[in-house]
Amino acid sequence: MQSVRYIPISESALIVEFSDTIDLHLNNRILQLSKNLVNNPFPGFIEAVPAYTTITIHFDPVKMKENPYDQIISVIDHYLTRSTKDVRRKKTVKIPVCYEEEFGLDLDIVASHNQLTREQVIDIHTAKIYDVYFLGFSPGFPFLGGMDPRIATPRKKTPRLQLPAGSVGIAGSQTGVYPSTTPGGWQIIGRTPVKLLQLENPSPTLLQPGDRVQFYSISREDFFNQKQEDVTWDYES
Amino acid sequence: MGLRIIEEGFITTIQDLGRYGYQSFGFSVNGVMDNWAMRLANIALNNHETEAVLEMSFLGPSIEFEEDMIICLSGADMSPSINEKPVTNGKPLTVNQGDTLQLRTAKTGIHCYLAVKGGLKIPEVLHSKSTDMKVELGGFQGRKLQTGDVIPIHQPMKSRPFNWYLSKKLFSYLDQNPTVIHFIEGKQYDWFTEESKQTFENELFQLSTQSDRMGYRLTGPSLHFKKQQELITEGVSFGTIQVPSSGHPIVLMADRQPTGGYPKIGQVIQADLPLFSQLRPSKAFTFKKCSLSDAYRRLLATETELNQIRSATKLRWEAIDS
Repeated sequence: MQSVRYIPISESALIVEFSDTIDLHLNNRILQLSKNLVNNPFPGFIEAVPAYTTITIHFDPVKMKENPYDQIISVIDHYLTRSTKDVRRKKTVKIPVCYEEEFGLDLDIVASHNQLTREQVIDIHTAKIYDVYFLGFSPGFPFLGGMDPRIATPRKKTPRLQLPAGSVGIAGSQTGVYPSTTPGGWQIIGRTPVKLLQLENPSPTLLQPGDRVQFYSISREDFFNQKQEDVTWDYES
Repeated sequence: MGLRIIEEGFITTIQDLGRYGYQSFGFSVNGVMDNWAMRLANIALNNHETEAVLEMSFLGPSIEFEEDMIICLSGADMSPSINEKPVTNGKPLTVNQGDTLQLRTAKTGIHCYLAVKGGLKIPEVLHSKSTDMKVELGGFQGRKLQTGDVIPIHQPMKSRPFNWYLSKKLFSYLDQNPTVIHFIEGKQYDWFTEESKQTFENELFQLSTQSDRMGYRLTGPSLHFKKQQELITEGVSFGTIQVPSSGHPIVLMADRQPTGGYPKIGQVIQADLPLFSQLRPSKAFTFKKCSLSDAYRRLLATETELNQIRSATKLRWEAIDS
């Protein structure tokens, strides 16, 4: 088993660092640990925040006996010595995206940067199945791994002050979707009519760490007729 | 029926101790900036200390009470008066229907808290009443309060005699001079040059006017890295001192995101966060390093002190109510 580093970052937070490189297998271990901690919280546990190569554990030291760090480390060591199950959900969330000019504000930039046509960018973007590593930046914002390097494009020099909710973008070698209206520097290639934030549901975000995501292209007409129920979930056998 | 905002202040929001359990979905914690002052306001009223309050920053609002109730102010001194008669922070105050509370520009600190006995009647969103202004959720319609808003309360309270108040000493941190903010080493402390580590502790910093509930941006000397390295986005917490490539630190506050991608030189210790949150932009301060065990000891001392105050006020309330 690869060893991990424990670094207290405050009196009430501890980072468990698995590696210094981004890797899907490692992210599986992180998500597995997160699940274990949420399902069997130790006394004083508040929450666990997975990221690419780390998990941050927030706790209330006042509710714990002396030396909370040692207690937490022994809990985590216990989980890490057990085998990693595959935590990735065996299904793919299919998200409709309209790539037409009205929404794909920077599609031409992405195309010309990579010497491709608009259609080729769309084909490449919709062909891949992406893995949700974790959520961050803003509520429900998925950090996705696995984008085809042929459509990689640097961020905009000056971020836009306001991007509409549902904007689908590319930044460097990453792709993602903005769930709410925010400023942002990503190159915007399209927009989804689907809501990624659903506060009334027990799970407030459409996507969860460990999900797989695939985008598919829809027309402008479909964009305006789309309903939330049209998000499809493909189950693998 | 409740608290009617008749003149909005600069930024007034509804906050509790924060929205925990949703950071892994990308939600911010939010909550009050100064939890010491906020908890004291609730404790003085014998409320549960997590009860949501109004956080009023820089310039306070004017509020008309549409029902009889008992309130407590704490934190920044905004020269409060009720029907033009001065009142004090840290004291339970009986107000009658039609009374008006006036608050002015903060004289010490910047965040003043108003707690109501029995609490504000605000629905929880994701288990918290805190306002997230960026995502527009929680609190009162997910936004800061405006003139004309009416914040409902749980129940009216009849007048009771109060001849006691919280010691002024409990709020002496608001005008501490000179101001020293203690920190523990950040996860990337060793990414900084020895010279920058020295600079960080020896020179004066100030808050920039671009600071907000999300982050306090610091002006002062710039800090340098030994070499240029990219950090992979990882978790942060309240008080994390990040340094972007400009070299000017940003301290993450209540509305921070759950993760961040800038190297951390340090972490403001929890016991100093109330003092740090209440710093005025013009105020110069220094950072001083301490050990994690010292930070932990000071945190526990703070909690012990709050417990003692809670027991004492509880007895007072029991005496009044019996």
